[in-house]
Amino acid sequence: MNAKTTILNLPEEELVHPGHRACAGCGLSILYRFGLKALGRDTILVVPPSCLTVLQGLYPIAATQLPCLNVTFASTAAAATGIISALKVQGKEKITVAAWAGDGGTSDIGIQALSGACERGDNFIFICYDNEAYMNTGVQRSGTTPQGVITTTTPIHGKRQQKKDMPAIMAAHHLSYVATGSAAYPLDVYDTIKKAKTMEGPKYIHLHTPCPPGWGFDTRYTVKVGGLAVETGLFDLYEIEHGVFRLTGASKKLLGKERKPVSAYFETQTRFRALTQTRIAEIQQQIDAKWAGYETEKKDTHT
Amino acid sequence: MGRLTFARKKSHSEPGPGDAGKTGSWRVLRPVIDVTACIPAKTKKMACFNCWLYCPDGIITRTIPPIIDYDYCKGCEICAEECPAGAIRMVEETEFIKKEQ
Amino acid sequence: MYVIESGNVAAANGVKLARAQVIAAYPITPQTPLTEKLSEFVDAGEMQAEYIPVESEHSALAVCIAASSAGARTFTATSANGLLYMNEQVHWAAGARLPIVMCVVNRGIGAPWTIWNDHQDSISQRDAGWIQLYACDHQQIIDMVIQAFYLAEQVSIPVMVCYDGYLLSHTYMPFDIPEARAVDRFLPPFKPAYALDPCRPANLNTVTLPDIRPDIRGDLAPGYMEIRHNLHTDLRQAIGQVAEIDERFKDTFGRGGFPHIEPYCCDDADVIAVCLGSLSYQLRDVVDILRQEGLKAGVCGLRLYRPFPDEVVRDALAKAKGIVVFEKALSYGNQGALCGDIKAALYQCGSRPFVRNYIVGLGGRDIRTVDLLAAFRDACTAPAHKTDALEWIGLKL
Repeated sequence: MNAKTTILNLPEEELVHPGHRACAGCGLSILYRFGLKALGRDTILVVPPSCLTVLQGLYPIAATQLPCLNVTFASTAAAATGIISALKVQGKEKITVAAWAGDGGTSDIGIQALSGACERGDNFIFICYDNEAYMNTGVQRSGTTPQGVITTTTPIHGKRQQKKDMPAIMAAHHLSYVATGSAAYPLDVYDTIKKAKTMEGPKYIHLHTPCPPGWGFDTRYTVKVGGLAVETGLFDLYEIEHGVFRLTGASKKLLGKERKPVSAYFETQTRFRALTQTRIAEIQQQIDAKWAGYETEKKDTHT
Repeated sequence: MGRLTFARKKSHSEPGPGDAGKTGSWRVLRPVIDVTACIPAKTKKMACFNCWLYCPDGIITRTIPPIIDYDYCKGCEICAEECPAGAIRMVEETEFIKKEQ
Repeated sequence: MYVIESGNVAAANGVKLARAQVIAAYPITPQTPLTEKLSEFVDAGEMQAEYIPVESEHSALAVCIAASSAGARTFTATSANGLLYMNEQVHWAAGARLPIVMCVVNRGIGAPWTIWNDHQDSISQRDAGWIQLYACDHQQIIDMVIQAFYLAEQVSIPVMVCYDGYLLSHTYMPFDIPEARAVDRFLPPFKPAYALDPCRPANLNTVTLPDIRPDIRGDLAPGYMEIRHNLHTDLRQAIGQVAEIDERFKDTFGRGGFPHIEPYCCDDADVIAVCLGSLSYQLRDVVDILRQEGLKAGVCGLRLYRPFPDEVVRDALAKAKGIVVFEKALSYGNQGALCGDIKAALYQCGSRPFVRNYIVGLGGRDIRTVDLLAAFRDACTAPAHKTDALEWIGLKL
């Protein structure tokens, strides 16, 4: 990666107009601001039904200053293919095509088209903002909702199934670049997307997106909650570049250090209220094992 | 068919602020910056600007001092939480209504 | 250049001559040879186009919608369950006012599975807001495809060119492939009023409120209902434009003259058969036999089905004593799909012909001329039929 971007050298221009409909304290709003700064004006966006649809504005006013195509829920990546093809036949391949989908539009209904577009090797960036449920329609569980989480469709015992590991699924498509990020670290997200722009073929970026109403915390703590997910070692910041895995940012800094207990993260959000102490202990063990693995790999590969 | 004529035959939105109106009307608490505590304001150097960075709506300027656009500030309090100098206080919006009265 | 080739190859050549720029298709019987031919043209460099091997029909039309929105001339083709899989997108393309052309190689719909011809697939999409044209032979297929691109781009409404699976798609007939330069004169490059462009950013097809509201300039912008009303109004207007384009095509290529209906012996007919697609030509054999028997029969094939050319249909059919609608699709639980439209068109007539309705050929059930003849003769000789409820030809059990 090139020299890291700082608050002071980030482009100042906002590519999102104020007065849009995202909730106060929305994690996506932070990601979208910096995502667009990284993508730049010479970009065409594709967006399926999601919180972002609403953020971007209802007809006839657009909060987004980039051209954008709203599409049906399942077809985000296919639409990206379509735009790329049209640009190709018109000799306009320099324009970046970036799809922004929620976790549902990526890992559930959108996964078929995404897999197809990646298999075809189309040159676009697919950004999944993962707020871990169908938030736009009122907090229903999705494939990436973590186990045990209370949602409106898992209202009493919490979700029984595991969180789908989308970055791993995308890595299996042999993409040039797969990366994760978090709304708590917008400078890293900016750098990640800028890097993705330089890579060839499909690029997949998975962004952890705290959601105050959906996760059950006060809007004030969006950045803190997002930070805790990373500081506890639950959500990891990493990139897989041409198949090579490496931790990045705050997760990389955690190697060899003491992590905060994952209970510190769970305590901040009411959506985890159904987790038992036993279950939390199990999750802590899983996190510890995962990080022991990172330590071993680090020793093995000297990364 | 001209572009604007055609645009009106389908859902074609153009960029502009205030899709949801003046979202400043959403807030209950208003962030107020204490320029004596604010790092860029008191040092007169381009520094910090966490508030500019983390504002979800991008309505704080990266200037000395940072200026908050109260027409659109939704009162989420992230700027107050993330200010390392504790320079941002959340004040009841009603205080300002009283002042205006 | 005259060739003897299949209906699918006729369609492929139409798409090639029309210089489609982005083609996205998913294989489904009996459409597959059409897309295979197109990928052959692209691979061989005979077409300057992107051929996208999508992973589903829903994605096929998604690619076309996006490519069209970004300024490319686009094409897809499908049949039956493939068309239904993209149903959501079919409605989307119409509401988004995109000039996409799609060939529907007519095939029956599951359940149960069938790969053989009937019209239920395209009929099931008749309310979506697309223009629907039905071809009767291979020449019509290639001519229709070329005209479809012109029509779609002129009115900004997507066009479905439908032709019978197997009966047309896989049979071989002689037809003329027009000269490329003549087609280029007839059909100029696609110049959309708006295409996605960073220099003129717009957010397309976002949520649209029930009510109207001001845009960024303060002018009142249409609401959802106005946008849909415009689609319908423009569709109705397209009836006239179909005729103009047909006239222009005839001037350039010497073929045409039947933009909305293709009548045969209808001028003095007492009883007129009405249908869609290649069945119309099979019914001409029946008409010839009945005429020899002294019965004044005629057949009127419908070329333009949506928008429904009700005035033209009324003018052609109102003076007959009886109409017999033969069709390969129905509105289940009610009556034949086309029959309902014919009756509605005739409703305003002072004196209305009787209307009979026959369902034939579902799932590719063989349509025997002798059976058509028996039904048609019965309509001519025993007009005072007890009921106008639909009847079935060719049921075996």
